[in-house]
Amino acid sequence: MASIKDLQEEIIENFSMFQDWTEKYEYLIEFGKTLSLLDEKYKTEEYEVNGCQAKVWLRTEFEDGKLIFAADSDAIITKGIIGLLVHVLSDHDVDEILDTELYFIDEIGIKEHLSPTRSNGLAAMIKQMKIYALGYKAKA
Amino acid sequence: MILDPNNIRADFPILERKVNGHPLVYLDNGASSQKPKAVIDAISEYYTHDHSNIHRGVHTLSGNATEQYELVREKVRNLVNAAHAHEIIFTRGTTESINLLAYSIGKGLIEEDDEIIVTELEHHSNIVPWQLLCEERGAKLKVVPVDDNGNPDLGSYNTLLTNKTKVVSVAHVSNTLGTVLPLKEIINSAHEKGALVVIDGAQAVPHMRVDLQDLDCDFYCFSSHKMFGPTGMGVLYGKQHLLDELPPYHGGGNMISSVTFEKTEYNDLPHKFEAGTPNISGGIGLGAAIDYIEGVGYENIEVYEHNLLTYAIQELKKIKGLRLIGEPKEQAGVISFLLGAHHPLDVGTILDQLGIAVRTGHHCTQPLMDRFGITGTVRASFSFYNTKEEVDKLVAGILKAESLLG
Repeated sequence: MASIKDLQEEIIENFSMFQDWTEKYEYLIEFGKTLSLLDEKYKTEEYEVNGCQAKVWLRTEFEDGKLIFAADSDAIITKGIIGLLVHVLSDHDVDEILDTELYFIDEIGIKEHLSPTRSNGLAAMIKQMKIYALGYKAKA
Repeated sequence: MILDPNNIRADFPILERKVNGHPLVYLDNGASSQKPKAVIDAISEYYTHDHSNIHRGVHTLSGNATEQYELVREKVRNLVNAAHAHEIIFTRGTTESINLLAYSIGKGLIEEDDEIIVTELEHHSNIVPWQLLCEERGAKLKVVPVDDNGNPDLGSYNTLLTNKTKVVSVAHVSNTLGTVLPLKEIINSAHEKGALVVIDGAQAVPHMRVDLQDLDCDFYCFSSHKMFGPTGMGVLYGKQHLLDELPPYHGGGNMISSVTFEKTEYNDLPHKFEAGTPNISGGIGLGAAIDYIEGVGYENIEVYEHNLLTYAIQELKKIKGLRLIGEPKEQAGVISFLLGAHHPLDVGTILDQLGIAVRTGHHCTQPLMDRFGITGTVRASFSFYNTKEEVDKLVAGILKAESLLG
């Protein structure tokens, strides 16, 4: 299983091949479209991440010591970005999720989506993922 | 005189900048307009040469600053044709103006089972303060519905108006749909029932000549930052006899004439409602913004913006799958739309990559979004420094978004 760091490096390499923003967004949009991230029955208030202009739902499961994330959004670019986050963080143990720095967002040039003024909830999403990890760590 | 947008644009330094490698196309004027150099310079000049606290100062600087600040009050009075300068109360903005009114009217005039009327298209800042008041006083908030085109239903309004109605508080121009409300009818009907009328004019004053004596509303609120002035500065107009009658909002310095522990006498208007050191530089900036607007001339602004908005609507309608939200009888400044089933945030994100600034979301009008069964829109809001070329860029940007989002 690739580490969170390895998965980030892989994404950074993919993005380095893009010539301009159009290709970057095309990739994000396609990434968002191809992923069936979360079962419809979980798209409820209970799983909603607050602080997003788009709706974002996030759900976790704990299996064999690993935290599995599933998420979705009603905005396609947001869905692509959270798809990347899920891809990077899911299926890792809690300590790795809590300890590894997430630097790929900055590196691939979509950092502006982290700004709270964007209200697209990427920051809220990351916070929520880490909170889940902390919760499982406390339970363990 | 015909307004030349190129001359106008040269007055706004920010319009020269690029965003994401593209020349900025600023279509978020409904949220806040940009500032002409005259406003920026006036604020800088004030802090460089003239700053001092105003009122009661014995020294020259304080006297000059007071004179400048009070001159702005007269400029505001003249701009909106209020009867007296002391009917102009300076606030932090439209939101504070409405909160002040809800507080002071509530304390003075609202009792259990009284009714307050708003419309379905109001900004949250013209809903929540009244809701708070209703909760506190046991009064009821009544809502005038809007039709599919975004016009308020005057038939319903006249039914809702009763002898229990104490306040009618409505927008002059909708910040989400651009609807220009038929204020004269609304105001006259309310007055026949003895209700006070509050107008949220935040989206009107940047676009059209407002004549308060002609309108005959009781209160009118607007914000400096949407009319080319600085943020943190706003206006509450009220008829003198009503302002005299209402209790003050904030207590503190400036708003008193004498204080003892037994009894405090309040200062005269407008100072009774202006506790503490005001936003002096904000006032100076607003004064410069008013000079700028008067220099361009509302008669020119209205004609130019009407043509620009008509052109934008015509061009946007040509885009397949684009749905205008609201096509009101009379529209100013603002166009809301949806592109196919795409989320407004996605469309706004792509437009931003092209240097086009629009706003997406519910625009602080969630009840209106509920009425249209949507969660948000893309909103392009215009000013007289925007051009037809920029409308063309918006259209091209939307087509680009459509092709990317698929």
